[in-house]
Amino acid sequence: MSMFGFRISPSSTIDLDKVDRNRFKKLCALEPDASKCMACGSCSATCSASEFSGMSVRKVLLCLQQGREKEAYAMMSSCMLCGKCLMVCPRGINTRHLILSISRIYGKEESI
Amino acid sequence: MNEIVVIIGGGIAGLEAARQLLALGHSPIVIEKSDHLGGHVADWHKLFPDMKPAKDIVDELVSSSKDANIFLHTEISFINRLKDRYNIMLSNGISITSRYILFTTGFRLFDAAKKEEYGYGVYNQVITNQDLEKWFNTSKDSRIDNSAMKAVGFVHCVGSRDEKARNTQCSKVCCITAIKQAIELKEKFPDAEIYCFYMDLRLFGKKFEDFYIKAQRDCGIHFIRGRVSEVSENIDGKVIVKAEDTLAGRPMKVTLDLLVLMSGMVCNPDSTRVAGMMSLPIDSDGFLRSTDNVSRNTVSPKNGIFYAGACTGPKTVPETLAEARSAVLEIHNSIISRR
Amino acid sequence: MIYQGKQKIWSDYQKEIPDDHWYYVRSCIRQNFFPGSERMFLEICRNVLGRDFHETEHHTTCGGIAYHCDTIPQETAMTIVARQFALMTEAGYENYVASCITSFGNYTEILETWHEFPELETRIRELLWKACRKEFRKPKYLAHTSDLIFKYRNEIAEKAVHHLVNKETGEPLRVVEHIGCHYAKMFPSKGIGGAEYPYVLAGMVEAWGGNVIDYPERRHCCGYGFRQYHIKANRGYSVSNTYKKFESMEPYRPDMIITNCPGCPYFLDRWQYVIAETEGKTYGQNGYGIPVFTYEEVAGLVLGYDPWDLGLQLHQVAVEPLLDKIGIPYVPEDKYKGLDRKEIMRPGLPQNLKCY
Repeated sequence: MSMFGFRISPSSTIDLDKVDRNRFKKLCALEPDASKCMACGSCSATCSASEFSGMSVRKVLLCLQQGREKEAYAMMSSCMLCGKCLMVCPRGINTRHLILSISRIYGKEESI
Repeated sequence: MNEIVVIIGGGIAGLEAARQLLALGHSPIVIEKSDHLGGHVADWHKLFPDMKPAKDIVDELVSSSKDANIFLHTEISFINRLKDRYNIMLSNGISITSRYILFTTGFRLFDAAKKEEYGYGVYNQVITNQDLEKWFNTSKDSRIDNSAMKAVGFVHCVGSRDEKARNTQCSKVCCITAIKQAIELKEKFPDAEIYCFYMDLRLFGKKFEDFYIKAQRDCGIHFIRGRVSEVSENIDGKVIVKAEDTLAGRPMKVTLDLLVLMSGMVCNPDSTRVAGMMSLPIDSDGFLRSTDNVSRNTVSPKNGIFYAGACTGPKTVPETLAEARSAVLEIHNSIISRR
Repeated sequence: MIYQGKQKIWSDYQKEIPDDHWYYVRSCIRQNFFPGSERMFLEICRNVLGRDFHETEHHTTCGGIAYHCDTIPQETAMTIVARQFALMTEAGYENYVASCITSFGNYTEILETWHEFPELETRIRELLWKACRKEFRKPKYLAHTSDLIFKYRNEIAEKAVHHLVNKETGEPLRVVEHIGCHYAKMFPSKGIGGAEYPYVLAGMVEAWGGNVIDYPERRHCCGYGFRQYHIKANRGYSVSNTYKKFESMEPYRPDMIITNCPGCPYFLDRWQYVIAETEGKTYGQNGYGIPVFTYEEVAGLVLGYDPWDLGLQLHQVAVEPLLDKIGIPYVPEDKYKGLDRKEIMRPGLPQNLKCY
């Protein structure tokens, strides 16, 4: 590999053909509002953890829908469950229940 | 009291106007270029937000305007202005003299083939919103394979909000139409993954947002904020769509069994042609220009000429019907004030 | 795929190309990359088809590479181009044909810019006069050399000795066509067939008996770029693009690739070696890779020229499997002999990519 001093870069493309949606479907069964996010960003703007850790409920949901589960779970581990996002969400998503549900479904899986 | 009013276009605006004019005791004459009444709505299957069959609306309008004088297969050959009225020569050789002309010439669907990168007419699995509605009505379209519907995409804003396509305007109804059609397809193919590629979701109308929430929550339709940039075909004849997920800031691709292009509304060239005969002004968006876009949208700058519906810009069905009534009221008031 | 749909688009992008009397300019890099190609272009146009192509040793680069690498401003590129036009004017020609895609794009961009901003053209005329006391007329017609071979494709087919057909099976060869980005992406109306579904190479392939493959990443750049390759740190990104194209075309099992740009055939050819050595991945049959050709080389093969006279020994990916497939005769021992019939040096062989 070092013979050229460069090599093929990994692709950043999100390939929707390869997304395994099983866990997200389980999540929607537990918390049907998981698919109701419209990406307004109110949750991240008000989040106590956001500015120090990059935590964002909006991004967590986006990542989970794209199969980027590790990324989402790592982000979510900074949540302090203060409930501010629950207060501001215009779609009335029960973010507290959502986060606990994510933890239940994705937390068990060592593979992610 | 009885006055002849020439209505150019037998779509829903023309029919609604004819019905209201009849109710007020006037004599509408409807000139329709095609062989049927109802315009674009006649090709549609169901209408948002209550999923009312389009056929019901058209049938109601046709039956309640049947006493009007209706010419099908007829075009305007020329119009010239006499002292206080217009002489309208029709392609069937008949000439009409009238003080009032109502334009209900509507829109034309943007020709999706102009967006070459989407491959309409080149790739088998790419269709338009209109093709899909026709398929809902007839179940006939060789491009739609019932047995292989695992993934479907909708591209919003095809030929709308597109300076390169020379249409900067939003076509208004495509967002809600895409969501409606996505839900209808999901109901037909519950196992299919359905993706809507949008730039903004413009869901302004009554119950439109409810449709969006239903699509997300109950139907699991995926909304991807990003405009499709390129469509190609893979070796299995499926289409591959490239877009950016702008919320994730990353490129994205997906393989689909069907791609539906939400063709927007552009001004009907027939309206521009007829408007040209009377030197009526065209607005910067290519549609006919009203005297005032806030308070006098159904009134042209020329005496006796009125507009209703999508000839002045993209509109929904209820907006079009409301404008037809509004234009009729303007015409009626003008008739009364003359005597 | 709806072939008629493509035909409709092709008919929308027609381009007027005069049949004869052209002022010809070479590319900076093609003579090193694919040395037989430009010679073969003149050979075919002048000696096989009897057309008038004028060339002068006084012409220079068009400045395109430096312009695209951000090392000279556009005004400098424009003045260089103005001088080229002055040479054409002095020679008494009004049809200008460039061998390089980026030159063609550069000339097109400059002519369009002058059309939109005539004051800039006036200024460039002044600069040229100050610099070298030359004046010029703008070309009446501007073409890329692939436009000309496209125009002559049926004449070439009439004289063809070989066709793009597998001699064993009688099946047309599966051909990937790759168009240089600067051919039509900047000005779709200036390319034959437009930018989304260009017809310039597809038309040649069809006329000479092959089948064109339309694969998902067909429109993607070959990966060359300018700054991407020229700076070593960026080369991984360059080869990544090439890799993406090969991964996309692989399922179609292409027999060959035809290109119309100086950089594309080079990188589609050489990067197959790098991909093979770094990733262990080879394309094409039996680990030999997919051979890549310029359109002049393909025209030369079709017309029956000796593969080694076309310079095919300078390709990285072995061309022999394709020559055998078509049934083009060649003498293996002559591959590395120079024009004086003496042995020139032989290249070292790669580990993973099989070569002759």
